[in-house]
Amino acid sequence: MLSSAFRTISRPKNGLTAARRTMATIDVTVREAINQGIDEEMERDEKVFILGEEVAQYQGAYKITKGLYQKYGSKRVIDTPITEMGFTGMAIGAAYKDLRPVVEFMTWNFSMQAIDQIVNSAAKQYYMSAGDIACPIVFRGPNGNAAGTSAQHSQCFAAWYSSVPGLKVVAPYSSEDAKGLMKAAIRDNNPVVVLEHELMYGTAFPMTDEAQSKDFVVPIGKAKIEREGSDVTIVTFSKMVGLALEAAEQLAASGGPSVEVINLRSIRPLDRDTIINSVKKTGRVISLETGWPQCGIGSEIAALLMESDAFNWLDAPLERITGADVPMPYATDLENASLPQVEDVVNTVHRLTSRQLVA
Amino acid sequence: MIASKAASLFLRRSIPTAAAAATRSNAGRTIGAASGARMMSSDTVTFDLTGSFETYKLDTAPNDTIEMTKEELLEHFELMYTMRRMEITCDNEYKARAIRGFCHLYDGQEAVATGINAAFDPEDSWITSYRCHCTALARGGSVASVLGELFGNVDGQTQGKGGSMHFYNKAHNFFGGQGIVGAQVPVGLGLAFANHYNATPGKPMQVAIACYGDGAANQGQIWESANMASLWKLPMIFCIENNHYGMGTSIDRHSSHSDYYKMGNHIPGVRMDGMNVLAVKEGMRFVKDYVGQGNGPMYVEMMTYRYHGHSMSDPGTTYRNREEIALTRSTRDPLEFVKKTLIEAGFADAEQIKETEKRIRKEVAEQVKLAKSSSPPTIEPHLFQYVYSKDGGKEQNEFPPHVRMPDFAKSKWY
Repeated sequence: MLSSAFRTISRPKNGLTAARRTMATIDVTVREAINQGIDEEMERDEKVFILGEEVAQYQGAYKITKGLYQKYGSKRVIDTPITEMGFTGMAIGAAYKDLRPVVEFMTWNFSMQAIDQIVNSAAKQYYMSAGDIACPIVFRGPNGNAAGTSAQHSQCFAAWYSSVPGLKVVAPYSSEDAKGLMKAAIRDNNPVVVLEHELMYGTAFPMTDEAQSKDFVVPIGKAKIEREGSDVTIVTFSKMVGLALEAAEQLAASGGPSVEVINLRSIRPLDRDTIINSVKKTGRVISLETGWPQCGIGSEIAALLMESDAFNWLDAPLERITGADVPMPYATDLENASLPQVEDVVNTVHRLTSRQLVA
Repeated sequence: MIASKAASLFLRRSIPTAAAAATRSNAGRTIGAASGARMMSSDTVTFDLTGSFETYKLDTAPNDTIEMTKEELLEHFELMYTMRRMEITCDNEYKARAIRGFCHLYDGQEAVATGINAAFDPEDSWITSYRCHCTALARGGSVASVLGELFGNVDGQTQGKGGSMHFYNKAHNFFGGQGIVGAQVPVGLGLAFANHYNATPGKPMQVAIACYGDGAANQGQIWESANMASLWKLPMIFCIENNHYGMGTSIDRHSSHSDYYKMGNHIPGVRMDGMNVLAVKEGMRFVKDYVGQGNGPMYVEMMTYRYHGHSMSDPGTTYRNREEIALTRSTRDPLEFVKKTLIEAGFADAEQIKETEKRIRKEVAEQVKLAKSSSPPTIEPHLFQYVYSKDGGKEQNEFPPHVRMPDFAKSKWY
């Protein structure tokens, strides 16, 4: 079914994309996709501007904003001093007055300097003001682990931000996700947290005609079934989608259980329906994330399943695969041991499917 | 208790002397200065402001005098008196338990909010702290909407969703009402940023002001904001309302340096007598002009005083003595000052002022009654509204797909 036109590195099996004509499909890295998303939205609406450390003249610490300064100039692409609390608050005030800032955190670790502004000045504002003052702002940057960046530069913030009413939280996996969610976030009239992943920036994915169009937007609040399966559901987001898909292929190749992979895309609002329907289909579920286990996204998936009628379809309890419950160490073996690996997913799938209900 | 440097301005008063007050810009019109005579003057009077200002890193300064018409000064008096009566009402209502939670009163500081409002355009943006009732009143609010909100009623300023610290009025460029000490300052910088971004070349920019207390003044995020304001020459005013106490801690116990108008380092500053509404107005005229022309930000320090404690849970006497409070009331009260000024300028006599006060007291009482006649917001839909915005406009509610409630069975699905 897949034409030989498909080549590159990690190929997600997606029935929908495969059915399309492949003539105009091109490979685009996640980095390029984010850049395009921001560029197109800046072109579309002159109220959109981007600020952060090194976003302008340096072309972006991770080159996400490459070329934007040359194109839009210093009014709309702004290098800030290293003062997150100050420039985040400033961007929020600008959003109160109907500008549409995109705030880059060089990594989400530095957002902790500004978290009071994000939560108390942005997320809660529309509610506290009974609908008087909205805050159309995007906060973006790389989240979670990198390679050897150690404890203070490797934290995943999905759980913290996704617990806050008033925020929307998205986490792209593929280039299509990255571009579509960025455009949706910028067009959204609420504060949106975009959790990118540094180790995905260089990964290329095919982007269809449709995904390349300037109107292409991925709706916030809807998950995507990256791979259909029948025996186990893996609910995950960001880089771990790739890991889940890799594990699924490995299991398929060895004649093992058939795995369905859900790419959440949005952590808040969570697409409860997609998760529940998939679990009703397979009866077994794994949540997969790199963040710490306590009060993580997996905890939320477990709770929501217990609160839904999907509970009645479960043949086994949910299992979480998470980052280790330690600050991130530096040494390679320690770092690898702190993060989910393919074999962790494979073993968990086997463990789940080896449980049999006594008839 | 009070830093000696601040004391000089704190205790000095700028009273229009009889001679200065008698300057008439309208030649030939003589009004009998005898007390008791009905004054019908609509002249402009020039008032002396000598000693009201200290400047820092500035070659220019606010004027030593201000001209004001009877109408204007009466307007300021009426607004200030309304503010005073409103805050006293809040005190009574809080003690009667009609108001819950936090309640931070502004009585004593009325001249600051009134003077800033007088100097500003409606298009200038304003953000302040949780001590925001009077600013909310000045910027499009009413006693009924303020008290209504404090009573937790749906006709309150923010439909009972915000409470004492969260008044907003975007149409009047009033952005709160913010509860986290100091956090309003970077947000205020954002208001200035937007004014700068949207500025028309060749015209002065609209300005933005963030008001905060001496207690907040040492926050790092304020310097972060000042740095960016100065770097990018944003039309930003950093306004310290120095009432000499951060909650229960006096300035010499919380600040190693309390010349707050100098805290911008290289950024110019003006210290003003915040108990004199005329001085505040003239001072802010000067500051707005400087900042709006693109000269960069300015620090403003208002020397002022709050009669109440930090909040209604603070009697305000464990860390300052009653003599200080009484002395301020008897020698520096901003309302008494305006009344005296009105009389000495020949704009009104004691009887007219008394009648005005009586009328305002009655109006305030009626507004409070109106506020009480409203009802609390209903759970449906108010608990669930305005978590998200659909199109960013006023009251464009977007329900989240799922709102979990304490009892899961009561959760909402949209």
